[in-house]
Amino acid sequence: MIDKTANQKAWFLVLPVVILVAFNALIPLMTVVNYSVQETFGNNLFFFEGVKWFEQILHSERFHASLLRQMAFTGIILLIEIPLGVAIALAMPKQGPWVSVCLVLMALPLLIPWNVVGAMWNIFALPDIGLLGKMINGMGFDYNFTQQPFAAWFTTILMDVWHWTSLVVLLAYAGLSSIPDAYYQAARIDGASAWSVFRFIQLPKMKRVLTIAILLRFMDSFMIYTEPFVLTGGGPGNTTTFLSIDLVKIALGQFDLGPAAAMSLIYFLIILVLSWIFYTLMMRNEEQ
Amino acid sequence: MFLSWMAWTWPTAAFFLFIVLAIATMGVWEHFSPGGGARRGVLGLDTTRGDRLFISLLGSAFIHLGWLGIMGTPLWGALAISIIYLLCVFRWV
Repeated sequence: MIDKTANQKAWFLVLPVVILVAFNALIPLMTVVNYSVQETFGNNLFFFEGVKWFEQILHSERFHASLLRQMAFTGIILLIEIPLGVAIALAMPKQGPWVSVCLVLMALPLLIPWNVVGAMWNIFALPDIGLLGKMINGMGFDYNFTQQPFAAWFTTILMDVWHWTSLVVLLAYAGLSSIPDAYYQAARIDGASAWSVFRFIQLPKMKRVLTIAILLRFMDSFMIYTEPFVLTGGGPGNTTTFLSIDLVKIALGQFDLGPAAAMSLIYFLIILVLSWIFYTLMMRNEEQ
Repeated sequence: MFLSWMAWTWPTAAFFLFIVLAIATMGVWEHFSPGGGARRGVLGLDTTRGDRLFISLLGSAFIHLGWLGIMGTPLWGALAISIIYLLCVFRWV
């Protein structure tokens, strides 16, 4: 084993970051923990309530419903975006001038700010003036995302797929371009079918980037707020009220700071455990 | 008071104090036995003492939430399970 020089003074160089993180993350988080065990009626007056809010949130139908909606949304977009992203990456040209064109086109949706995406799709999907909404209605379907739950989900998912499939495409494409040509030559000599090439060469080589893609999309979609908020505002009714939208409604709409703090801590714990699994999986993949 | 907006309570202060003490203990432990005690445990993960503390704390949070959701208050049972869980994690994970 190599003897490392023990110079603990280097820790002082990290101090600015520690102070920054303390102010923008640790202190607010501690305050949320403090709020989660108290009741307030404003005026900076707080009353200790113990774990009442946690119990209330854990038994709340409303929380269960938004958690379920959140999981359904994340599940659906993963089921669509990952295979679609891989398919598009496979169909993209491997060399020539079209590579850059395709890559830039693919990257475009990723560059648009979340709230602009929401606003764009809101107008695009309006049944009376929006291009998409009018077209669907013109084809004979009754479509109005501001009133029909199914239409609202359909539009939200379509918007997310439009916005984020590119990320999967870019990652999968990067994985594909790292495969040496010798693999394909060997496959040709063996007379492998297109499916075998995909199953035994391309998919295993894309495993690492796909793990990253799945987990990035998982965490991002689990925290989604701006786009559905601008598009549907969580409606009609509560049908597209995902966890973060519900949280903001409780915290800022109803000003129930205690329950909102308890809910955000539970939400935070879910995200934390998922991030840990993400990190651990990546580290294990690195080893292999 | 300067910190009044943070709405401190004794229980939450004790909670954070416990976490700070746990991290400090890790530091002292590391000082007397450097290297972090890295090993591969039953989950097939390479963990150090710090990882084990993290897994214990995160797991304990879910044990407490589970207990609160199913059994309700008081939480002494959850605390007991968490301590057993912590010992198991430090022994085998």
